[in-house]
Amino acid sequence: MTRFSAFSLFANALSSHKKWPQHWPDAAPKASYDAIIVGAGGHGLGAAYYLASRYGITNVAVIEKGWLGGGNTGRNTTIIRSNYLYDESAHLYDHAVKLWDGLSQDINFNVMYSKRGVMMLAHNVHDVQSFKRHIHANRLNGVDNEWLTPEEAKAYCPPLSIDPGARYPVLGAALQRRGGTARHDSVAWGYARAAARLGVDIIQNCAVTGIRRGADGAIEGVETERGFIASKKVGVSAAGNTSVVMQMAGLDFPLESYPLQALVSEPVKPVFPCVVMSNTVHAYMSQSDKGELVIGAGTDQYVSYSQRGALHILEHNIAAICEIFPIFRRMRMLRTWGGIVDVTPDRSPILGKTPVKGLYVNCGWGTGGFKATPGAGDLLAYTMAKDEPHRINAPFNLDRFRNGRLIDEAAAAAVAH
Amino acid sequence: MSGFRMDQGGRVDRGARVNFTFDGKPYQGFAGDTLASALLAAGVTLFGRSFKYHRPRGIMGAGVEEPNALISVDRGGGRFTPNLRATQIEIYEGLNAKSQNRWPSLKRDFGAINDRLGRFFPAGFYNKTFMWPRSFWEKLYEPAIRRMAGLGDAPSEVDPDHYDAGYAHCELLIVGAGPAGIDAALEASGSNARVILIDEQDELGGGALADPSLWPWLERSVKALQAAPNITILTRTTAFGYFHDNFIGAVERITDHLAEPGHGPREKLWKIRAAEVILAQGAIERPLVFEGNDVPGVMLASAARVFALRHGVAVGKNVAVMAAHDSGWKDALALAKAGVGIAAIIDVRDAVDAGLVAEAEAKDIPIYLNYSVIGVNGRHHVKSAQICSNDEYLGGRIACDALLMAGGWTPSIHLWSHSKGSIAWSEDWGAFLPDKPNENVRCVGACGGTFSFGKGVNLGQLPTPKDPATIKAFLDFQNDVTAKDIALAVREGYHSVEHIKRYTTNGMATDQGKTSNLNALQLASGFLDRPIEKIGLTTFRPPYTPQSFGAFAGHAKDALFIATRKSPIDSWAGEQGAVYEPVAQWRRARYFPRSGEDMHAAVNRECLAVRNGVGIFDASTLGKIEVVGPDAAEFLNRMYTNPWKQLEPGRCRYGLLLREDGFITDDGVSARLAPDRFHLTTTTGGAARVLNMMEDYLQTEWPDLNVWLTSITEQWAVIALQGPKARDVIAPFVEGIDLSPEAFPHMAVREGMICGVPTRLFRVSFTGELGYEINVPAAYGRAVWEVLWDAGEAHGITPYGTETMHVLRAEKGFIIVGQDTDGTLTPYDAGLAWAVGKKKADFVGKRSLARPDIVAEGRKQLVGLLTDDPNEVLEEGAQIVADPNQPVPMTMLGHVTSSYWSATLGRSIAIAMVAGGQGRMGETLHIPMPGRTIAAKVTAMVFYDAEGVRVNG
Amino acid sequence: MILIHCPYCDEKRPELEFTYAGEAHIARPADPSTLSDEEWERYLFIRANPKGRHNERWRHSFGCGRFFNAVRDTVTDKFETTYKAGEPRK
Repeated sequence: MTRFSAFSLFANALSSHKKWPQHWPDAAPKASYDAIIVGAGGHGLGAAYYLASRYGITNVAVIEKGWLGGGNTGRNTTIIRSNYLYDESAHLYDHAVKLWDGLSQDINFNVMYSKRGVMMLAHNVHDVQSFKRHIHANRLNGVDNEWLTPEEAKAYCPPLSIDPGARYPVLGAALQRRGGTARHDSVAWGYARAAARLGVDIIQNCAVTGIRRGADGAIEGVETERGFIASKKVGVSAAGNTSVVMQMAGLDFPLESYPLQALVSEPVKPVFPCVVMSNTVHAYMSQSDKGELVIGAGTDQYVSYSQRGALHILEHNIAAICEIFPIFRRMRMLRTWGGIVDVTPDRSPILGKTPVKGLYVNCGWGTGGFKATPGAGDLLAYTMAKDEPHRINAPFNLDRFRNGRLIDEAAAAAVAH
Repeated sequence: MSGFRMDQGGRVDRGARVNFTFDGKPYQGFAGDTLASALLAAGVTLFGRSFKYHRPRGIMGAGVEEPNALISVDRGGGRFTPNLRATQIEIYEGLNAKSQNRWPSLKRDFGAINDRLGRFFPAGFYNKTFMWPRSFWEKLYEPAIRRMAGLGDAPSEVDPDHYDAGYAHCELLIVGAGPAGIDAALEASGSNARVILIDEQDELGGGALADPSLWPWLERSVKALQAAPNITILTRTTAFGYFHDNFIGAVERITDHLAEPGHGPREKLWKIRAAEVILAQGAIERPLVFEGNDVPGVMLASAARVFALRHGVAVGKNVAVMAAHDSGWKDALALAKAGVGIAAIIDVRDAVDAGLVAEAEAKDIPIYLNYSVIGVNGRHHVKSAQICSNDEYLGGRIACDALLMAGGWTPSIHLWSHSKGSIAWSEDWGAFLPDKPNENVRCVGACGGTFSFGKGVNLGQLPTPKDPATIKAFLDFQNDVTAKDIALAVREGYHSVEHIKRYTTNGMATDQGKTSNLNALQLASGFLDRPIEKIGLTTFRPPYTPQSFGAFAGHAKDALFIATRKSPIDSWAGEQGAVYEPVAQWRRARYFPRSGEDMHAAVNRECLAVRNGVGIFDASTLGKIEVVGPDAAEFLNRMYTNPWKQLEPGRCRYGLLLREDGFITDDGVSARLAPDRFHLTTTTGGAARVLNMMEDYLQTEWPDLNVWLTSITEQWAVIALQGPKARDVIAPFVEGIDLSPEAFPHMAVREGMICGVPTRLFRVSFTGELGYEINVPAAYGRAVWEVLWDAGEAHGITPYGTETMHVLRAEKGFIIVGQDTDGTLTPYDAGLAWAVGKKKADFVGKRSLARPDIVAEGRKQLVGLLTDDPNEVLEEGAQIVADPNQPVPMTMLGHVTSSYWSATLGRSIAIAMVAGGQGRMGETLHIPMPGRTIAAKVTAMVFYDAEGVRVNG
Repeated sequence: MILIHCPYCDEKRPELEFTYAGEAHIARPADPSTLSDEEWERYLFIRANPKGRHNERWRHSFGCGRFFNAVRDTVTDKFETTYKAGEPRK
């Protein structure tokens, strides 16, 4: 398989690009594998790549019911950051951020990771207290995150309105400079290509229809639209569809799936240099390299697999964007789309073993899974290879819903009084 | 003919000349012209530059499908809009239009170097390169890519326009007012049904506007529709999205076409709920794929027809037509009839309807059957077309100044697809047609496949003798996606239609693939050797065409973005110069600075006034719920951790509310007014959540309980009067209540009169001082406040705000839910074990308190924290460690939740969440700050009047 | 914005009047103290989250204020029926 380089691009240009090989072959399923990943999103493909590259398991299949990268990987707003409050979360997301750095070179595919900074706006005293708490905790955890005054925030992101008379004035901001964006599709494609180069079979358009367990309860393999595929290790990385897949193995999960919308504007010349998030006003935005303003909207209130959101969600979301960035009112919305996000009771992911021997799970990332892609992939691979969780993902187990050891980032940011 | 304006014909008003500029140069058109038609009339062919290769581009379409001619319009004063289509901009006197994505000028654009280097920029090139050296990505490559990309400039000033919004309801919504839509509306015009007819153009008619033979019918029909009382007609209105249950979003453009926009709204968002929807959105012509198909002057045949017959503009004087469909012949004949010179009709097919051929021959039009255009000469405008026979690759050159493409028609099924109706492939159309509906909707006319434009042949690309991998034959004109890009994507394994779209960016431009999707699909089908219906179409997503952010935001901006809740006393605070802070949806007075005071000075003064005299505080925002009924005490007993059944009427109790997972969610002091009546208070931000939670349990878990819950937050204004002199201030105004400490002790409630109005008088204290919370009907809130204020002056009464309230309560170790708790604390963690009824068998959250991790050692607990240096005020949110010298990542024990300067104590105080904190009393812990570390001792949480004698004064 | 039939008002009203309230027919145990940690976890957190027919709760918050139950298809978002709280699962 051709390695990408300036030379190979030049040479192929001279032969009219007719000699580029397939990035991943159309694999037919074999009878058995050492490990199977269900779900060819960034997380699942990443897990396959790391199984092969880091943990020496190359006889791996990734099984996908649709097209690879077609779930939340291809439907998110590509924000990357690790300035989470709790130690467990900060270590988890920072593991991912460290892998993002250098990922393009590692997998020889430019995923366009752009460390343009993620700035989170504080609009009231409670926000300030909460962000300061994050900043101090991050500093002592070795995660970069700094406080900006309103003027510094405006200098970092000129379209920002810091009018003190605004309904939600900007009182300051927390900035993680290592945060940023990446090109979402490229992450899936890059991992798929890199995994395929190491011998991983990527099997698209092949839905899993059942999970087979032996007399001892352990995993024996998966039933698919293209027949039974045997494996003693199955990792499920199926995002919004996790509940459905897990029920095939007889497991009920603490998950609910909600529609999440996002949208982009028409492309314009560079005007928005970073990522800005406002939890209080419910808006976040960046500008893609193509020039589109990429805007995350909220979830609809009800459980749904329809990938179809409501108009009033968009109305509120765009109103919020225009409130913080009033110069964009004459910009135009070009495209909206919906994903299905799987949400846990404490809004933190589940990544580790399940009560079924040989069955592993990576789910519950809610609205924030993209940023964790390399980390989740690596940790799922580690857990499958060693049959035990890495210390980083150990706290993100299923037991916490029974013993009460929740990791509730959302509650920590909640507003009361 | 003057320039390209025909001597007659069209619907423009030749008596009304309109002056405008394009790239600073003055032009003149007629009322009824679009920017495209007016500039074409003046001989302009170059309208823009493409996204990637910066190739010169002209007009391709005549409406929403236009991919090339994107224009910025600057009306001044912040009214700047990029990326508008020249084909949709109605000209008005003074219109200031500019081309985009070019530097220094449209004719000479440095970016065009990309076109020369195009072979290095195939689909997905950015994934293959820009990786070496690693640091260059952020510093060099990405900024360069960003600068090259984008189309127009973003607006740089705040938009002065405002936007309207409204709901509409109808029995029948018709989207599209071409002949099919008009017929549907006429049919419904006699009924009682409310009908809304929407069209995106400035006048009704759709395709009929470019067919003069239909104009008499159109005029009659429009008159009939306008006269029908049950029909609402919305022109310049785009139905952009079809949402659940026949809910359609549409945007009406109200002022963009006016020379003076005036003071009305620029646009209006219509949210329409329809019992039935008829989609009559017509069809869009497809371009043909051949080398040079993007040279300015190469355009859709249907567009040329619109310009000629609707606007009276010939797109050329000697026009060649490249057809793969009968409609190209019909358009050529219509143009010829209108006086446009037709250089030739070239058709890729070897047999064409004999009648069409005969008509063309009768007009002496040269005909080339079984021929294709294989190249176009000219850079900024077409000079000639190279043609070639499909069999023998023999050909020649046809001189022409415009080249029309007739590639067949794609029904506009966008809204149908938004509604999740299924689609089916039609070989006749070479396109997908609506199949089974998912809502009460049907498609009529061309978009439903029921109108015929004639026959055609479906092609991915015209035959060419050249190596297809070496030529640029465009599919997506705006994004510069060529046929060979599709080939490359398929070659590299991108076989799903979504992969092909995303890898090549075909269909992702601002026209969202209106002219490119089907051609790409045809090509992919060939490369993959798989039938189109097996490949499928990419999903249509709202909006149908781009829509202004402003229209979605509507009235929700500035003060109306989210309504601000204000207490009845809010205005008084403002008059006194209070500084406000937002708290949940409310705004509250934070402090009352006297001249020259900063917050610190004001708060110190306010605190001392309360401790030594009397302060007055607006507590109206506290949530309040009235709980009434024979089972009220039983209900509260089940909800709160505390016992309620034994509480005597006339007494108050601090209540603690958990979620079912055992964590604190709210608290507040509540009073029993009567055996069957309680007055609860909640946190300011928690009121609605608590009421909803209580209603949930009451209605669904315990429907047998006879209890009623009523929100009374806004019923009662609450004036907190706190301090040793509080009783002295209110005594003269209270009737019917014995205020003596014996008769009315701390944590009691009485009903009576104050200042002549009814009151629920609470003797409670969030400050640790003697105090009252005076509930009066909200309408009297300010009046009572002012009476007390006037009377209090003799006692040195001082207004205080939320900041002082925070300091005073922290001195007493009273927590604020949401500041000192964060959704992870149990009552035991918060030091509130005393508030948990030990004998209660159950309450909400009780079972969770017995879970293994909740009873484990070492949980974070609230404690007091006193810095070794009394002048050091800790930062709220600062983290606490045992060993400040450990390496990063440090083991953190917790954080500072509240921290203030206490003027009363003359030192700083803090509350903190510390792992195992209640077992660390007296221990010194450390707070590492950037560059230094602060030492502090763990203490109890009560810093002032630990015995609690002052409240009993 | 979906339309929802409130079984108390007996009217179909827009979603903005309603608040979603999670999966239906998860009754609070009569005596939680008798439950094992696993049983309590099931009550608190485990949800069916089906792809298809879903029994769920809504509240007509900005109408009559009543909680009620519904059967909705989570793939099409279409309601099969709504019914009053306390009525058996449909």
